[in-house]
Amino acid sequence: MAGQTLYDKLWQDHLVKSREDGTALIYIDRHLIHEVTSPQAFEGLRLAGRQLWRKDSLVATPDHNVPSEAAERAGGVAGIRDEVSRIQVQTLDENCRDFDVVQFGINEPGQGIVHVIGPETGATLPGMTVVCGDSHTSTHGALGALAHGIGTSEVEHVMATQCLIQKKMKNMLVRVDGELGPGVTAKDVVLAIIGKIGTAGGTGYAIEFGGSAIRSLSMEGRMTICNMAIEAGARAGMVAVDQVTLDYVKDKPYAPKGAQWEKAVAAWNQLHSDDDAVFDAVVELKAEEIEPQVSWGTSPEMVAPVSATVPDPAAEADATRRTGIERALEYMGLEAGQKITDIKLDRVFIGSCTNSRIEDLRAAAAVAKGRQKADSVKQVLIVPGSQAVKAQAEKEGLHEIFIDAGFEWREPSCSMCLAMNADKLGAGEHCASTSNRNFEGRQGYGGRTHLVSPSMAAAAAIAGHFVDVREFTRQEALSGEEI
Amino acid sequence: MKAFTQHKGLVAPMDRANVDTDLIIPKQFLKSIKRTGFGPNLFDELRYLDEGFPGQDCSNRPLNPDFPLNFPRYQGASVLLARKNFGCGSSREHAPWALDDFGFRAIIAPSFADIFFNNCFKNGLLPIVLDEDVVAQLFEEMYAQEGYELTIDLEKQQVIKPNGEAIAFEVDAFRKHCLLNGLDDIGLTLEDADDIRTYEAKRREQAPWLFDAVK
Repeated sequence: MAGQTLYDKLWQDHLVKSREDGTALIYIDRHLIHEVTSPQAFEGLRLAGRQLWRKDSLVATPDHNVPSEAAERAGGVAGIRDEVSRIQVQTLDENCRDFDVVQFGINEPGQGIVHVIGPETGATLPGMTVVCGDSHTSTHGALGALAHGIGTSEVEHVMATQCLIQKKMKNMLVRVDGELGPGVTAKDVVLAIIGKIGTAGGTGYAIEFGGSAIRSLSMEGRMTICNMAIEAGARAGMVAVDQVTLDYVKDKPYAPKGAQWEKAVAAWNQLHSDDDAVFDAVVELKAEEIEPQVSWGTSPEMVAPVSATVPDPAAEADATRRTGIERALEYMGLEAGQKITDIKLDRVFIGSCTNSRIEDLRAAAAVAKGRQKADSVKQVLIVPGSQAVKAQAEKEGLHEIFIDAGFEWREPSCSMCLAMNADKLGAGEHCASTSNRNFEGRQGYGGRTHLVSPSMAAAAAIAGHFVDVREFTRQEALSGEEI
Repeated sequence: MKAFTQHKGLVAPMDRANVDTDLIIPKQFLKSIKRTGFGPNLFDELRYLDEGFPGQDCSNRPLNPDFPLNFPRYQGASVLLARKNFGCGSSREHAPWALDDFGFRAIIAPSFADIFFNNCFKNGLLPIVLDEDVVAQLFEEMYAQEGYELTIDLEKQQVIKPNGEAIAFEVDAFRKHCLLNGLDDIGLTLEDADDIRTYEAKRREQAPWLFDAVK
C-alpha cells in the first residue's frame, strides 16, 4: 500500500464517520470567528434553539471592520464611526457574551487579524483541523494543520456539531526546490505558483507545499504561502512539520507545556507525507527562476516578474483568456507592452493576513530606513496584523522608521486589504499592496491593486513606481545614497 | 432550507471567466448581520454606474445599460449561465444569498470555485457543472433566442432545452438528497451525535492538548 500524504494523515486523524453516500464527518478542533461571517450563524442557532457543541473550541476577534486610525480606534467599539460596521462589531460582542465564547476584543492585547493571532498565540497548532468563515484560513496550514475557509452555514454547522460534512479532496504537491535569490520572498514564490497554475489550478485539491525552498522559509514565510493557496483555487494549503515548526510553536501562550509538549511533539513529528506517498498532481518550480513578482491584472494569476512588461492580449491564443486580459487592462488603465517598472503608484498598503507579521514589517522597514516616500504617493499605510506584532515592531523601533519615511503607522485590522473599514482606494488609483486579492473594486470602488511583497511595496513607496527591490538595495550599497 | 426539485426559468448570461465573489457582492454589503436583502446589490459594480452603499434605496440609482442583467429581455431570469471558475475568491456566503435574493435558483457553468459551490447547496441554489463546449452551446442558443428558458430536473439530473433535448449532470448523492427534501444538514449530523462523542472521547485521550481552553 502506498504511503500517506500529510493531508491523508490529517484527514484520517479527524474522521468521525464515513457515510455510505461518500461524504464524511470531519471533527474540527479550532473554530476561529470574526464579526463579518458569524452573526447569521449565531442567529441560526438561536432560531433553532441550538447550543454550541464545544464552546472552548471557539476563539473570536473583530478584524475586518475595525478602524486602523488611532484616534477613531481609541474609542473602542462605541467609537466606530460607520454605523453598520459598529453594529456588526457590537453584534460579535453580544454573541460572544451570550454564548460564552472567548473573544479578544477590539483594543485588547490579543486582538488582531484572525489568521495572525491563531498561530502567534498557539490557539492554532500542528495537527489541528482549523476552520473560519474566511477563505484565508488556509494560512494555518503552515503549521502542519488542515485549515480551510467555510461559509456561514458551515460556521453554524461547526458551532452546533463540531463537525463538517466533507468529501475528501485530491492531493497536490507544489514543490519548490533550490535557493531563493536575495530580495525574493515567500510572497514572490506564491505569486509565481499562482501565475503558473492559475486561480483554478488547485480547485478540488489540498495543496502541500514542499521542496528545499519551502523548507528554508521561516514559519511566517510559510504562512504567506499557505495563505494564498485559496488564490490558486485550493481550500487548504499546508507544509509538513519540521524543526522550524516546533521551534516556532514552543512556548506560545496556548501551546502544550511540559510532558504534554513532549507527547505533542511525538505526534507532530508524524505530520509529513511519507516518502512513497502518491499525489494526484505535482507541480514543480525552480527557486532560482523566481523573480520579485507584481500583479498587473484583476486576478492573482495575472502576475509577472518585475523585469517584465504588461502582456499583450493579441498574443494570447485562447479567446476566454484574451478577453480576460483585455478587460483587465482596461480596468487597470494599463497598456500592453508597458514596463511593469513604469507603473506609478498613488497609494501603498503594507498589511493583511498575507503580509502583516513582524518579519514582513522588518523587511519593509529595511527598505524604508533613512528614505522618504515619493511626493507623488498620496499615502503609505503600515497596518500590523495584531496587537502583538504592533508591540514588537514598536519595541524594535520599526514604527519610527516608517513615520520618518512619511508612512502612516496604524492599528491592527484587515484595513485596505478589503476596504471594509475607512481605508480604501479612490477610483482609478494604483496601489502597491501586500494583500492577497487584486479583484475589481476589492480595495475600493474603481481601485487598482498590484500585489507585491512587503519589500517591493516599500521600494515602490519610495520610488513612486515599481522598482526591482534587488536593484534598489544594490544601488544603495554601491553609492551609499538615496535614490 | 427551501427544497429544489424541478425548475423552469428564463436564462441570463454572466459571460466572463473567473467571476469572483467580490464582484458578486462587494464588501461594503457584508456589514449586514442578516441573510436577506442582498439582491438589489448583486453584481453592484457592474449593474449600476455609481458606487453603492449599504442600506441605500437602489431603485433610483443609475443602471449600467451595457450590463445584460439590466436588459429588458433578461428581466425575471432565474437561471444564470456562467463561465469557468465562477465564484472564486472569498468564502462569503453573501454571494449565494445575493444570487438567491435576486431570484436565481440555478447557475450553470463549466466549473465553480470550491467554497462557493458548497455554499450554494446550503441555500437551495443549485450549481450545475456542464462541459465547457456544452455551456458554450447554451450561450449561443440563449443569445440567439429571446425568452430562452431551461428546465432543470434535479431528481433526473437533467437540464432540458426548449427543444426537449436533455443534458445530464452530476450531483453528489448527499447534496441531492438534502436539496430535494429541503433538509437542514445540522439536524442530520446531530443524528450522529453519539459517533461524534465517541470520537471526541478517544481523541481527548490521545491528544489532550487539542482540548485546552484558550484564555
